[in-house]
Amino acid sequence: MTTVAADLLPPNAGVLNAGLLGGDERRQRLAMFGLSVPALVLVALVLLVPFSWLAWLSFFDASGALSGENYARLLRPAYVNSFLSTLQVSAAVTAICILLGYPVAYLLSQLPQRVAQVLLVFIILPFWTSVLVRTYAWLVLLQREGVINTWLKQLGLISESLPLVNNLTGTIIGMVHVMLPFLILPLYSSMRAIDPVYLRAAANCGASPAQSFRQVFLPLSAPGLGAGAALTFVLCLGFYLTPALLGGGRVAMWSTQIADAVSKFANWGAASALSVALLVVTGIILWAMKWAVRRLGSSLGEG
Amino acid sequence: MTSGAVSIRNVSKAFGAFKALDDVSLDIEPGEFLTLLGPSGSGKTTLLNVIAGFERPDAGSLLVDGVEFITRPPHKRDLGMVFQNYALFPHMDVFNNVAYPLKLRRVSSSSIRERVRQALDVVQMAHLSARRVTELSGGQKQRVALARAIVFEPKLLLMDEPLSALDKNLREHMQIELKRLHDRLGMTTVYVTHDQQEALTMSDRVAVLRSGKIVQLDTPKTIYDRPNCRFVASFMGETRMLPVRKAGNGYEFAGRQLKLAQPPSAGAEQWLVVRPERLGWHGHDERDNRIEGLVVDVVYRGDSHSIALKLPGDHEISIRHTPVQDHPLPEPGQTLTLWLTPQASVLVEETGA
Repeated sequence: MTTVAADLLPPNAGVLNAGLLGGDERRQRLAMFGLSVPALVLVALVLLVPFSWLAWLSFFDASGALSGENYARLLRPAYVNSFLSTLQVSAAVTAICILLGYPVAYLLSQLPQRVAQVLLVFIILPFWTSVLVRTYAWLVLLQREGVINTWLKQLGLISESLPLVNNLTGTIIGMVHVMLPFLILPLYSSMRAIDPVYLRAAANCGASPAQSFRQVFLPLSAPGLGAGAALTFVLCLGFYLTPALLGGGRVAMWSTQIADAVSKFANWGAASALSVALLVVTGIILWAMKWAVRRLGSSLGEG
Repeated sequence: MTSGAVSIRNVSKAFGAFKALDDVSLDIEPGEFLTLLGPSGSGKTTLLNVIAGFERPDAGSLLVDGVEFITRPPHKRDLGMVFQNYALFPHMDVFNNVAYPLKLRRVSSSSIRERVRQALDVVQMAHLSARRVTELSGGQKQRVALARAIVFEPKLLLMDEPLSALDKNLREHMQIELKRLHDRLGMTTVYVTHDQQEALTMSDRVAVLRSGKIVQLDTPKTIYDRPNCRFVASFMGETRMLPVRKAGNGYEFAGRQLKLAQPPSAGAEQWLVVRPERLGWHGHDERDNRIEGLVVDVVYRGDSHSIALKLPGDHEISIRHTPVQDHPLPEPGQTLTLWLTPQASVLVEETGA
């Protein structure tokens, strides 16, 4: 019977229905790919095309000649300093976000799901307001005759207004406020995923609550902490609005340099080179953090 | 090593209106393998968690070797525990998981290496000590969890359905291994399961729980052969319950007086416990109890055929027919006569004494 059936098939068919099934699989894959076409086109149009153009521009000087001048310029002290201060501000904001955000995420993760969801709304609430509005709100609060300085003076805690805004302090306060949800949300969801039975197991092994937190919970939350910290840090690197408004022109971030290059000097080549450098640095940092988090997670476990 | 005697006195725990534990008292002998057996919601896991210190009861006392443990935090109880899904720390390798209780006890690192190796040897996992736990199979994780629970030589070992995540063959194999391990190490063991087979195979004594109460506490053989109520009887084996009628001094089923070896209790409502392996193919009317029914279906099961029988009053029982049986294999629609010896005829009441 089988030999007869095989004889009836076309010679190149090989196995029963192999050609038909293969075609079916190809069609299904094509359909799945088709669904992602709109998104791919959009990404290409709004991301890849402008960025390629930007990268292209960065290799031409002001006169339109092909040169490496724009990149050579990045080594000037003014740019190097603003690059370093961008890293410093981003690191400081990320560190403060971790200090403020970790306990909040921990508390939320230990509460019953229903309660936590209600409280999460308060964390997400700022997302419903524009960053611009929130930043101006900080300006109102922090300025020389602002709400905070006025209160502190009325309470007699200070006699002179504290310089809270138009400087690094104001920039960091404003940035921490904007960035905190970006740290808390990924951290919270990774903490939620930690099975409480691990803490029971640690207690059963003889670990005090502090020990089981440090030796079990903290390492298990490290990937979420790393993801949140990386997200916060990277967003800080390219953050423009808040540093520009609350820094009062005294905080030279990479992003404000890019804006200045375009708006003050109309130097698209320089702005492009700055942007390319920012993108490359961001990529390197993301990769390094991913690697560091993996190392941290396993080293805490063995410690 | 200290002995590991546990004395539970009048422990109650309610979750809202639900009574998880209802005035439970239980004494566990040093070195005993005691199983808490019951369906889900019977309170067996709650009782284990009270012993481990993860659940604070509303009332009661827990003495371990005469010391009150009821308010002692879990990390100061020195009890080994194997969790249902093993709870091995995913960020540590096998060695560090097993070494963790010793590190917390500030054991020197050379001694840690030695004792971890011994514990892993006991569970035959020494060759995998450098593995990440995520790379282990279910059975291997189970062994590592066991090694972690015994490495610090606790006087009391608690196990919360440790085999429930394993497939049937491995589960049966591990039952025997755990039993041997207990015989060898001799630590008091409290084992929680909903699997009656597991309880009967492994335990010195079994406590059957229902609705937060211990219904029967006895050796596996007594629990199986002399269940003290309908609930315990139906929880064991492939049991079917046939209602019997009080008639004069005795009881009758399907119009026939039952011959009993054990005098039944006084209760009016009684059931006859029928299990496939207790039914005989041959018997005598003057000696044994006759049960007649209609063969409903005959199902092939590899080692035997399972024959379902419909009795008068719409009751169904089943019996096994093995290839060596000197009785021909019945066919559906046929009337079949089976026999219960008086010794195998056990009556139970609705509720226990």
